[in-house]
Amino acid sequence: MTPAPVRQRLEIRSASKPHLPCHVRLQFEPVRQAWALLSPEKVMWPDEVSHDILKRCDGITTVDQMICELAAEYDAPEETIRGDVLGFLQTWADRKLVLA
Amino acid sequence: MTAPGPPIGMLAELTHRCPLQCPYCSNPAKLLKANTELETADWIRVFDEAADLGILQIHLSGGEPTLRTDLGDIVQALSSRGVYTNLITAGVNLKPGRIMTLKQAGLDHVQLSIQGATAEVTELIGNMKGAFEQKMATAKAVREAAMPLTLNAPIHRHNIHQVQDFIELALQLDADRLEIANVQYYGWALINRSKLMPAWDDVMRQIDIVEQAREQLRGILLIDFVTPDYYAEFPKPCMGGWARDAFMVTPDGTAMPCHAAHTIPDLRFDNVKDKPLGEIWQNSAAFDAYRGTDWMQEPCRSCERREADFGGCRCQALAITGNAAATDPACSKSPLHEKMLKIAGQTQTPNNNSDSFAYRRIGASVE
Repeated sequence: MTPAPVRQRLEIRSASKPHLPCHVRLQFEPVRQAWALLSPEKVMWPDEVSHDILKRCDGITTVDQMICELAAEYDAPEETIRGDVLGFLQTWADRKLVLA
Repeated sequence: MTAPGPPIGMLAELTHRCPLQCPYCSNPAKLLKANTELETADWIRVFDEAADLGILQIHLSGGEPTLRTDLGDIVQALSSRGVYTNLITAGVNLKPGRIMTLKQAGLDHVQLSIQGATAEVTELIGNMKGAFEQKMATAKAVREAAMPLTLNAPIHRHNIHQVQDFIELALQLDADRLEIANVQYYGWALINRSKLMPAWDDVMRQIDIVEQAREQLRGILLIDFVTPDYYAEFPKPCMGGWARDAFMVTPDGTAMPCHAAHTIPDLRFDNVKDKPLGEIWQNSAAFDAYRGTDWMQEPCRSCERREADFGGCRCQALAITGNAAATDPACSKSPLHEKMLKIAGQTQTPNNNSDSFAYRRIGASVE
C-alpha cells in the first residue's frame, strides 16, 4: 500500500483565513426559522455568536479582522473576545468543520 | 403530550439486497425482496415531503443502496432541496466512476463499512471473496472525488484485536472520521450473539486504545466510539430518543422509529405510500408509543438522566427483559443489568470459530 498522506493538526492563528470545507454547509432552515450547520452525520444549531463567527469564515477574512469586526459589533474590547474566537475556531478546526 | 418538533434526520433503507452477509446486520431477520421496494417516484415524493417537514439530513442506506440504479436521481432530488446526503455503503461491486457520478449528483458524504482491518477478517465477516480490495478502491474513489470519508468498523470478538489497525487504516485511506462501533445486539446480531460477543478484557483494552488515539490524533482523525451496551454503565439514547428527531423508512415504505422497532409486538406502523410523511411523524401510533417520557416506568421515570438517554433502547429492553417499556438493561440502574453482564460473560468461550455464523441472507434466519 502507498504511504499514508501526512496529516497535521491545523492550528488557527491571528493571520489564518478560515473557511468551511465544501462538505460543511451553513444554511437557513425555513421550518424552524433558524441557521443550521450541516456536516457529515451531524446537524448543529449555532447560536447567535457562533453564527456571527461562522458567517465570516469565507477564506478571505483573517481571524484578526473577525475579532476587530466582532468587537465593534458587540461593543466589547478586542482582547476580551480574542481568546473566545481563537478557541472557538480551534475547536471547530479539530472537529474538521473549519479549514484555513 | 406536546406536539413533536420537526425531525432532523431520516434513514432511508432503499433496499435489503446486499452482496455482503454480515452476521450482525441491522436489517430484520426477515428480509424484504426486491419486488416490494418503493419505486423511484415514491422515494422522490417522500424526500420532498421530508424536506418540507424540515428534515436536513438523509442517510441513504440498505442493504446496499448502490444496488439501486436510480440512486443518482434520488441524490439529485435531495440535493436540489438542500438536504444533506450521506451514503452508507459496503463499497463493493461498484462500477468505476459510480462514486464520481454520485458526487456530481450532489452527494455530500460517504460512510464506508469495513468489516476487518485485513482482507482475511473482512472476507470472513461479509462472506465475500475480494471484498477488502474493493473497499480500498472505493475509499480511494471517494477521496479522489474530494468527498469526506467516514470508515465504519462494527466491532465484535473477531476483530476487536484490530482496533489499532483500523485507526492506521483510516489514516492510510485519508478518512476524516472513523467509527469504532461495537455491535448492537438485535436482529441478526442477536441471532449470532454468542459468536460475536467480545470478552471484558478486550473491551477494556479497546477503550484504552481509542482514548489514546483520540488524544494523539486530535485535529487529524475524528474517532466516534459506539460503546458496547453489554458492558456499559448507562444506555445509549437510541435514535436520540424515540421519534424525537430522527426515524427510518424501510424498502417497502414502512415508517419506523428505529431499525428494530418491528420486533416489538403490537406496534402499528404506517406506510409512506398511504399517508403523507408529516402526518406519520405527528400521529403514527408507533411513533407515539415511546415518545417523550410519559411512557416510562421506574427507575427511568424519576431518573435525572431521563432526558439524556431516554431510557435507552426499547428493542433491547424487550429482547432482554421481555418488556419494551422497561429500562434498557444496559443501564446500571436496571434490575436486570446483572443478567445482561451474565449473558456477556457466558459467551466468553475461547471459540473463535465462525463456521456456525447465521450469515445474513434471505431465508437464513431461524424464526
